[in-house]
Amino acid sequence: MEIIVSVTVGLLVAIGIWMLLDRGLLRVVLGIVVLGNGVNLAVFSAGRLDGRAAAFVTEAGAPALAANPLPQALVLTAIVIGFALFVFALAVLKRSFELHGNVETDRITAVAEKPAPDLPAPAAAQPATPASGAAAAATTTATAGTKPASPPAALGAGKGAAAGTRT
Amino acid sequence: MNALIVSPLLIPLATLVATLLARPSPRLVTALSLAGALALTAAGLVLVGLAAQGQILAAQAGGWAAPYGITLVIDRLSAAMVAITGIVGTATLVFALARDEDPARGRDFHPLVHGLLVGVCGAFVTGDVFNLYVWFEVLLVGSFALLVLGGGKRRLSGTVVYVVLNLVATMMFLLAAGMLYGASGSLNMALLARAFAAGEVPATAHAAVVLMLTAFSIKAALFPVFGWLPASYHVAWTPVSALFAGLLTKVGVYALIRLVTLFWPDAGVAHEVLLWVACATMLIGVLGAAAQVEVRRILSFHIVSQVGYMILGLALATPLALAGAVFYLIHHIVVKANLFFIGGIAARLTGSERLAAMGGLYARAPWLAILFAIPALSLAGIPPLSGFWAKFVLVKASLDAGAWIAAAVALVTGIFTLLSMSKIWNEAFLKPHPAGREGERSAAGMRPAVWAVSALAVMTVAIGLGAGPVMDYAVGAAEQLGAPAGYIAAVTGTGGR
Repeated sequence: MEIIVSVTVGLLVAIGIWMLLDRGLLRVVLGIVVLGNGVNLAVFSAGRLDGRAAAFVTEAGAPALAANPLPQALVLTAIVIGFALFVFALAVLKRSFELHGNVETDRITAVAEKPAPDLPAPAAAQPATPASGAAAAATTTATAGTKPASPPAALGAGKGAAAGTRT
Repeated sequence: MNALIVSPLLIPLATLVATLLARPSPRLVTALSLAGALALTAAGLVLVGLAAQGQILAAQAGGWAAPYGITLVIDRLSAAMVAITGIVGTATLVFALARDEDPARGRDFHPLVHGLLVGVCGAFVTGDVFNLYVWFEVLLVGSFALLVLGGGKRRLSGTVVYVVLNLVATMMFLLAAGMLYGASGSLNMALLARAFAAGEVPATAHAAVVLMLTAFSIKAALFPVFGWLPASYHVAWTPVSALFAGLLTKVGVYALIRLVTLFWPDAGVAHEVLLWVACATMLIGVLGAAAQVEVRRILSFHIVSQVGYMILGLALATPLALAGAVFYLIHHIVVKANLFFIGGIAARLTGSERLAAMGGLYARAPWLAILFAIPALSLAGIPPLSGFWAKFVLVKASLDAGAWIAAAVALVTGIFTLLSMSKIWNEAFLKPHPAGREGERSAAGMRPAVWAVSALAVMTVAIGLGAGPVMDYAVGAAEQLGAPAGYIAAVTGTGGR
């Protein structure tokens, strides 16, 4: 039993690391999961594997054939936390694909290395503030959207303001 | 007493829930959030007052005695870290009140900050290895969401690096915790320390500790595993990156200090390795900063470099060196968060954080120049500011221990730090703005940011001028760290009811 578990752990960790080194972000995220499962199994094995009795401590002491329940509790905690982190990683993956158009890790991470973009002009700088301008334009486009015949100038202003807020 | 020990966990947790419930009213969210941060600061200061009397406070979760219940321990180091966490957290929330066009500004920010603070404070007060893992995860989830808050390509790409590297480090830590339990039968730090001191643990336990320290080295951004930090910190919103810069790597440093002093109190091979790692971290960090041309990227590399100093104190393991490390930790959190804040204000006033596109700040905002000079000179170690005392003690400890190379590296790093700071000074403050007066941006609505920055600058000056009491406290903390028997007695002495 120990040998099977240790070989499995070794394989899972090896596969996990191999996937983490992949260029695609999808594989990296899955690699984290595989590696995490390998680690969970390793922690689980810390509490003895051949437990055949429930670990209820009586006056006579702990049953001889019981496994230590603590690592099992630890692994449960770790699995729950791992789920949450995996979901976050998936969200990052999805959003990366949407924004960057691909999931190649080196192309994604290269974006953070580019020179910092200039800050948008603050709202208080000019009387016609971009933020309030955008809000006003948004309301005009919203109202214009309800009406079939909308003035093209308002639509153009709305687009410009939307582009301005995005940068 | 127990209520006070758990207060660093309960206050941010309660604030987190309260800010979530108050979501419909952004004003109420802000008020609750600030009140929570102030309460955390107050609780931290009360704990510092108690810990300064030399006593180590311990509480057992659910009243179960040490091996069964999860232990919370507050000694001088933990108390100081909780207090400083409260202070930096408050400063961040005040800074975030300033007018800002960043999409990250909003009501999501507040619950996430408190979620992060729960994790940070939990890591500082726990006395259990697995519980430390859980707090690290809490902290990570908060930091992931904060880093990417506001969205956009740039933030997302920094988050990818940050998430993957931190998850790998966390898994290493989990594996090490499991191995440690398998080898020694305990996860309680005090009981583990007793078993290590008595030589009752097999070699696997030592191997597990090595793995654990590697994981913390990634978290603390030590050489050669610091790459994730300068690749991600500069993309976040200014208050977020300042909070990260102040607190997050320092949780890793704290964990390193805590585990090394408990498990291996006597200098050994690990200390030798840490010494070289510390020297490499100091030097590579500061040289990396020299190659950067953006404010926050320069400062990010300086975080790496400064962490090296704290690890230097840990590696030397003499009482004076440990005191230096504790003093450095306290001073550094304040100064580094403040520099990130000031970088953010400077970027707001000039419209960019690229040094080439900045300028004219000295003529335009002399107050900002003074506010920048205080933490910048403190970081470089110019007397009488706080950084001078921190560096002075560490260099003296290195010379006392005969670590000439480490002392030389520490001094050279100080000079390079000064060079980096003067680069920011020349480019952003002295040089005229490249776009002339057109490039200048209004400072309207920046008042809360200036309050936060001024308060932290006053703290830096106060730590520098009143270095005596702070150093006394740090020496007391180092004594507790140097003699784990007190820690062990405090934990094992408080059994169940």
